[in-house]
Amino acid sequence: MSMEKYRINPDQGLEFGIYTLGDHIPNPYTGERISNQQRINEIIKLAQLAEQAGIDFFSVGESHQEYFTTQAHSVVLAAIAQATETIKIGSSSTIISTLDPVRVYEDFSTIDLISDGRTEIIAGRASRVGNFELLGYSLRDYEALYEEKFDLLQLINENEVINWEGEYRAPLRDAKVIPRPKEGWLPIWRAVGGPPGSAMKAGRAGVPMFLATLGGPATSFKHSIDVYREAAANNGHNPDDLPVATAGLFNVAETTQKAMQEVYPHINEGMKLTNGQGFPKQHFAQGADKRDVLNVGSPQEIIEKILYQHELFGHQRYIAQMDFGGVTLDQLKEKVEIIGNEIMPAIKKYTSKRAED
Amino acid sequence: MKVVTLSGSIVGSKTRTAIDYTVQSLKEKYPKHTVTLVDLADYDIQFSDGRNYLDYVGDTKYVTQTIMDADAIILGTPIFQASIPATLKNIFDLLPVDALRDKVVSMLATAGTPKHYLIPEHHLKPILGYMKAQVVQSYVFIEEKDFAQKQIINDDVFFRIDRLVEDTMILADTYQKIKEEEDKKYDF
Repeated sequence: MSMEKYRINPDQGLEFGIYTLGDHIPNPYTGERISNQQRINEIIKLAQLAEQAGIDFFSVGESHQEYFTTQAHSVVLAAIAQATETIKIGSSSTIISTLDPVRVYEDFSTIDLISDGRTEIIAGRASRVGNFELLGYSLRDYEALYEEKFDLLQLINENEVINWEGEYRAPLRDAKVIPRPKEGWLPIWRAVGGPPGSAMKAGRAGVPMFLATLGGPATSFKHSIDVYREAAANNGHNPDDLPVATAGLFNVAETTQKAMQEVYPHINEGMKLTNGQGFPKQHFAQGADKRDVLNVGSPQEIIEKILYQHELFGHQRYIAQMDFGGVTLDQLKEKVEIIGNEIMPAIKKYTSKRAED
Repeated sequence: MKVVTLSGSIVGSKTRTAIDYTVQSLKEKYPKHTVTLVDLADYDIQFSDGRNYLDYVGDTKYVTQTIMDADAIILGTPIFQASIPATLKNIFDLLPVDALRDKVVSMLATAGTPKHYLIPEHHLKPILGYMKAQVVQSYVFIEEKDFAQKQIINDDVFFRIDRLVEDTMILADTYQKIKEEEDKKYDF
């Protein structure tokens, strides 16, 4: 399998990761919000807990608006690289549209060296767009900025010395982008959300895809994955070489009822603040159904859901967002343990290629 | 309950005149509710560029936020070129796809000719439905001849607006009760 260059071995089963958007939201049960400093330190701590539980991957997102605190997500990742030893780390996502790909590559290569070759980039184009004006770009160039800068990032990844000219950045002449990452190359993914058009673009580009799945029937996301693989194959890429990952909301508790009850206020209030609309109760209730992508439930329910999703998607990695909306670190600790002790062993058992096969 | 009355054009006076009476009727009959009048002529609103409404600033942010915070909305619109004005369509474009979920929305239209009577039915209702509004089915249609000197001169119009206000508030009250009862069924 040539997913090896993405540091993924599908024979070992579905990878399990945790991600944070770096949201900084009051705890809806107390109305209190911890300081920026505490939140950032707790994110680093969460990465350490994930590593101790044997979780495969941890990532931090970039958002430039109120109620977020990891705008400098690469700096937080550098701290995580230093605080951990074995867990793979990455961005979820880096808003490449409004950054300089040269600078992003320098940063992530450096983080890769600090982490001894564990770093990945997931590059997206933002769902909220406060970053455009803040960083000096026009929203009119939303699509073009992403495509141009993503291509440049990939070019830098493939070549140490580059010659490049584009519309949104000064030309590069025999430019040497250093330091190079440990293996000379970084896994770079495209972050995809919304309608299947974006997934098709990722497929055409022959780049691994991270698919955001907020809620709704898993089959509707399968469609995005199918068109992604089809577009890859039609453009000369082998879909077997291209890992697919999904990302979505997660909560585990002893019972599904408790898992739903405790997390709903976090998600609902958090979405109101960061997205301007809550999560309708009716939709959330449907989320308990095995066929819905919302991974909220008892350990057993979640195992069944993830295995069902794996059957549909054939994906290589799932990452869980479990800290959204002011969930406390103490609560997260317990849940990370359940993931490590109960959920992951079952998922690996059923999705890995056993020795006798 | 938060009620917003929206006058959807930046020119002319008929829609604003009708909306002014709507506000008066609302305040008289439902004094406990908060009524906010938004006349698009009073604001400098940008064209939608697809961003989340929270990312707009100034008047655009104020107007979108006011609508998002409303429980009930009474829309007033003139008919331009056999459709709603671009200024009103822009308001819809600025909002998220399901922005009107759990909101009761009703309409009144002003027009120069009775030939436009079905325009709200054909042009406005499908948009409101797509955006998940609970739509008050009957609307008020007011013709040019019902106005003079920025006043309504046809008593029938007052009665019809009063009924629209009442229908809107009855549906809004009922919907809120249903919603509360439904939400209680969920144990989260």
